[in-house]
Amino acid sequence: MALNEHGGLTDDQQQLLDLADKFGREVLFPLAPKMDDEEWWPEEVFPQLGELGLLGITVPEQYGGAGLDMMSAGAIAQGFARWNHAFALSWVVHDNIMMNNLYRNASEFIRNKYLPRLCDGSSIGALALTEPGSGSDALGSMRTTATRDGDDFLLNGTKMFITNGPVADVLLVYAKTDVSRGAKGITAFVVEKDFPGFNVAQKLTKMGYRGSQTAELVFDNCRVPAENVVGEVNMGHKVVMSGLDFERAILTPMLLGICERALEISVEYSQTRKQFDQPISSFQMVQSRLAEMYMLVEAIRSYSYRVLSLTDSVEHGEGGRGEIHMQTAAAVMFAANNTNIILDNAVQIHGGSGYIWETEVNRLFRSTKLMEIGAGTTEVRKVIIAEGLLQS
Amino acid sequence: MKILVAVKRVVDYNVKVRPKSDGTGVDIANAKMSINPFCEIAVEEAVRLKEKGVATEIVAVSMGAKQSQEQIRTAMALGADRGILVESDTELQPLTIAKCLKAIVDNEKPDLVILGKQSIDGDNNQTGQMLGALTGMGQGTFASEIEIADGKVSVIREVDGGLQTVSLSLPAIVTTDLRLNEPRYASLPNIMKAKKKPLDTTTPEELGVDASPRVQTLKVEPPAERQAGIKVADVAELVDKLKNEAKVF
Repeated sequence: MALNEHGGLTDDQQQLLDLADKFGREVLFPLAPKMDDEEWWPEEVFPQLGELGLLGITVPEQYGGAGLDMMSAGAIAQGFARWNHAFALSWVVHDNIMMNNLYRNASEFIRNKYLPRLCDGSSIGALALTEPGSGSDALGSMRTTATRDGDDFLLNGTKMFITNGPVADVLLVYAKTDVSRGAKGITAFVVEKDFPGFNVAQKLTKMGYRGSQTAELVFDNCRVPAENVVGEVNMGHKVVMSGLDFERAILTPMLLGICERALEISVEYSQTRKQFDQPISSFQMVQSRLAEMYMLVEAIRSYSYRVLSLTDSVEHGEGGRGEIHMQTAAAVMFAANNTNIILDNAVQIHGGSGYIWETEVNRLFRSTKLMEIGAGTTEVRKVIIAEGLLQS
Repeated sequence: MKILVAVKRVVDYNVKVRPKSDGTGVDIANAKMSINPFCEIAVEEAVRLKEKGVATEIVAVSMGAKQSQEQIRTAMALGADRGILVESDTELQPLTIAKCLKAIVDNEKPDLVILGKQSIDGDNNQTGQMLGALTGMGQGTFASEIEIADGKVSVIREVDGGLQTVSLSLPAIVTTDLRLNEPRYASLPNIMKAKKKPLDTTTPEELGVDASPRVQTLKVEPPAERQAGIKVADVAELVDKLKNEAKVF
């Protein structure tokens, strides 16, 4: 990847970043305080994004998408996240974690039935893997089951911490179809919120990313037609694992956007806040923090763009193993861990005001930790990397 | 009918600019550049006229360095049909720009020329009026509403005393004020389509215009910092200060 004036993005991708940044600044940023205060969801935005063509970025045009690559999708995540990371997360889950996964793995029937409405924003997507008793051991300890009943499957179980869960219309759900086969007995299904037996048990209140909706979902004899099986029965582990690589990659530009904004407002604040009759930016200890933040932001940028371009060359059915599995785990671990450091510095520079809930820097600060937990914990990411290094 | 829209590449309105330390100008190295907000309103108005079936073709023209292509592309993503770049690396001042626009008007023969009332970098507020003088076309500046019917354009102008309505015979010139419209976002498909729209390049020399600056910039410095206010004890002191310090009486 040649470096250019856009730090690695092509002119086209830079234009997308500019568009997302403009939309983020003008539309998403004013929504952020209310989302953060009340865990409120702005319903009108997804249809607006549909009209602007900012949904289904990696989905081909024949299904209503834009037919672009992961770098382009990343540019949009980055632009949104600068101004409203909670909304950026909802977008990422809808557009990439759910829709890109559906496109890559689903039958033509499912693609034609669900992708157009997800691309025009009339439906919101979610993905349900984690359960109350199943986190890092997502596949092994999965308790949700799907049993065949004529032309349908009956789903039973509970899913936990599901982003977009309370507002989703279409969900990609994993369930065990053959308990005896353990992790190799899992199948992916498309579930509509109106299918009988699907319920949002509770909307969860979070520390950060507030306003992006999170739920516990309950499946009580939820009836799903067999034609809604994504991929093949008992092959869900492949869908999960390749999907997770894309998920980890697409989260890195979101973290980049958060960090860029944290640095920007820290620079601004340090130049306006005066102590001892001078701006605090004149103190070397503040300068040291800013320099360190800049270094980490640029390192996250480089790794983020690199790993996004790597995922663009992952062939259908690949992923979930080998080099790309290690790279995506390492990139998101690096970005998440260093985001925590950047946010810590940002609040320190803001001093007392940074500790006040309603300030922007405090909202950003509360985005800490999530990306060390979701999409595989830091511990799981290290296991993936170490296993890759040590196998021979 | 054909509409010509002028768009200028300027520092993005969110960028905080500072004068260079040597006083020769404003430091815009590596600053984010965008289409001038008033020009964006001009493009939007043209696109709305086309959507209403009033206009049939929109030509976006920009002048300056090669990178001004980006702003023409933005205009085309918003709905302009084709673009013309008058490329020049010298500093183009309003009179030069107006002369180049005059040459393009002579070639293109638009029924309406829409420009921003001013650009947010120089804030000159001259180009539209100069173009009016050079072409002899009627001008409706600071437009907050325009309507076209029967070979005329009716322009509601924002003037100091309120609103003034003028009626101009086409072809005419309109410059936009902030309240004329709220520009849309360029959609992703339209951004992609804009790449395939034709963009011609010419130069001031090819248009027969001498681009050398007529006005010389002596020095650029930031405005003086505002001093803190004071409290006065009573009306008498206030009147005294207005009279003897502020000298407004």
